[in-house]
Amino acid sequence: MDVVWLQLFNGISVSSILLLIALGLAVTFGQMNVINMAHGELIMVGAYATYLTQRLFQMYLPASWFDQYFLLSILASFVAAFLIGLLLEKVLIRFLYGRPLDSLLATWGVGLVLQQLARTLFGAPNVGVKSPSWLEGGLTVTSGLSLPYKRLFILGLVAVCLLAMFLYIYRTAAGRRMRAVMQNRDMAACLGISTRRVDSMTFAIGSGLAGVAGCALTLIGPIGPTIGTYYIVDAFMVVVLGGVGKLVGTVFGALGIGLTNSLFEYWTDASLGKVLVFLCIVAFLQWKPKGFVAMRTRSLD
Amino acid sequence: MREIKSKGKRHVIVTGLLAAVSLALVLGGCAQNSPAASPSASPASGASSSESGSEIKVGILHSLSGTMAISEVSVKDAEMMAIEEINAKGGVLGKKLVPVTEDGASDWPTFAEKARKLLSEDKVATVFGGWTSSSRKAMLPVFEELNGLLWYPVQYEGLESSPNIFYTGATTNQQIVPAVDWLLENRGKKVYLLGSDYVFPRTANKIIKAQLEAKGGELAGEEYTPLGHTDYTTIISKIMAAKPDIVFNTLNGDSNVAFFKQLKDAGISSADLTTLSVSVAEEEIRGIGADVLAGHLAAWNYYQTTDTPENKAFVEAYKGKYGADRVTADPIEAGYAAVYLWAAAVEKAGSTDVDKVKEAAKELEWAAPEGKVKIDGETQHLYKTVRIAEVQADGQFKELWNSGEPVKPDPYLKSYTWAAGLSSGS
Repeated sequence: MDVVWLQLFNGISVSSILLLIALGLAVTFGQMNVINMAHGELIMVGAYATYLTQRLFQMYLPASWFDQYFLLSILASFVAAFLIGLLLEKVLIRFLYGRPLDSLLATWGVGLVLQQLARTLFGAPNVGVKSPSWLEGGLTVTSGLSLPYKRLFILGLVAVCLLAMFLYIYRTAAGRRMRAVMQNRDMAACLGISTRRVDSMTFAIGSGLAGVAGCALTLIGPIGPTIGTYYIVDAFMVVVLGGVGKLVGTVFGALGIGLTNSLFEYWTDASLGKVLVFLCIVAFLQWKPKGFVAMRTRSLD
Repeated sequence: MREIKSKGKRHVIVTGLLAAVSLALVLGGCAQNSPAASPSASPASGASSSESGSEIKVGILHSLSGTMAISEVSVKDAEMMAIEEINAKGGVLGKKLVPVTEDGASDWPTFAEKARKLLSEDKVATVFGGWTSSSRKAMLPVFEELNGLLWYPVQYEGLESSPNIFYTGATTNQQIVPAVDWLLENRGKKVYLLGSDYVFPRTANKIIKAQLEAKGGELAGEEYTPLGHTDYTTIISKIMAAKPDIVFNTLNGDSNVAFFKQLKDAGISSADLTTLSVSVAEEEIRGIGADVLAGHLAAWNYYQTTDTPENKAFVEAYKGKYGADRVTADPIEAGYAAVYLWAAAVEKAGSTDVDKVKEAAKELEWAAPEGKVKIDGETQHLYKTVRIAEVQADGQFKELWNSGEPVKPDPYLKSYTWAAGLSSGS
């Protein structure tokens, strides 16, 4: 029985990680229709920002402060990826709005450049990030069932990010402008919204979320120049399955993929499990081509 | 009207996504074994042209970019260092070695193409290179066709012995087979096999299963994960349910980081479960974290801590040249040894001609950092000492056991009765 609960928890945990990596993409791809292949590399930027924060703490601050580095590194990851996203939007992406295939190729190139940059700066081998001691161990529910604190922490982090995004998009003036621009750019511009500023802000926020995901991933996975490539396909899958343009769809997409993946992997094996998940997604998109939650829009695009 | 237009846009996006996914798959994918061989190049006539005046050209062919750069750059560094050291001592046959470096770019057809270029355009006397079995298998026909010489520095799955390749890493009977024997004797009988889903782990596990059957071991489970897999929670649940004594780990690359971090999070330490890895060396420990790996086991022929005077000098020179924070590891040492063994064979042959060097290399001995090694004339593999060690809190290994003397290479496992029938498949 414990195994069932553990697998359920694993499934939810995998879903939370998928959601975290897809959340930024839900903004850049979902809201802006930019196929950002460099999203994975923005995750990498977040991971390396975490590594750098850790190194700074190790070098310049007393050892007793070390455990606090991780909270700061979440912020550092967000800011680093936010700034790179902002720069990327200013010099490249803004010329590619409405041209998804061009943005695909251009951002893929950017991704390769960022990977090689990381390799030059930090070396090709993986770097090590030590988890803070307050995230070691787990919550013991029964003797056979223990929930690792890191997984619970990631669940919490996802909830916070999701709530923040929800409040930003649906409850602030900036978010309302963003939705207006994404739904009908021309009309929004006519009404006096600076679409340029909204575009770069939206893209930068999506990038910043990728950075936070990178920070969280250092707890459970490798940190190297190629980590982005491991997550990019999953991230797109979540957004497409969930339905482009709606946050709640992304949540369902992540839960759907995460839970079925854990289930299939337990019944079969990792390779076959993945194949079955892909088959389910293909079948589902045949039935509902717009994903779980389709956006109704009056836009004329 | 609205509906139609939005569908059109939708179509573009979906097409783009399909392209995106396939691009990503190409980017992360691998395994194309067929080399793009163009038989137009004229066969190199020996290597006489590589000795021009006072120089001998040698090729170095590793992935300096792409996913495999993570491992291969260090091997290239060690080979360059060996060449410099040999040059400082007066070179080979009184001539300076000039390295010609090419990037295999983690792409197997590129390896074949660059190998052809090194042999037929640069006319190098020999090539040091490769890491993955796929890259070796891609280069093999090129070296056989042009009668070149390749020194391959990494432990691999055996069942191969090309007349144009010298294998300075371990074959299965110098790493996996003795490690399984040792585990069965010291750590229990129930073994769980976990590996990445490609040729090396699958071949290795085929051998291990035959061995378990013959030696009274018990197979608790067998799992393969795709290369680059990063979530091991489900696998760990399965391992916990199977309750094995030992996990024999043939995962490759970044998956090791995810597996060991998540194993620790699940509350399983090396005291609860023995794991033995064959692809985790000093370099990988730094990326995983010594605190995560402490107490887990590995099997290699060389560690940075291996206690020989040659190794002391080697580690000192390597750190002196590339920085105190660098570490040496088994394939790095095997690459270093390959250069010296080739140089010794050339000196003995008095020529860089491939056939003469091969003849001279037979039964050649050298005091390597890992201890004495000897080239086996029949298989062109090395006699190597097997060592099993435990990861310490400082990220270095402590040796628990070694084979006492160099083990004769047996890539086809002919001397093991239980292995009969394994090699017939390949």
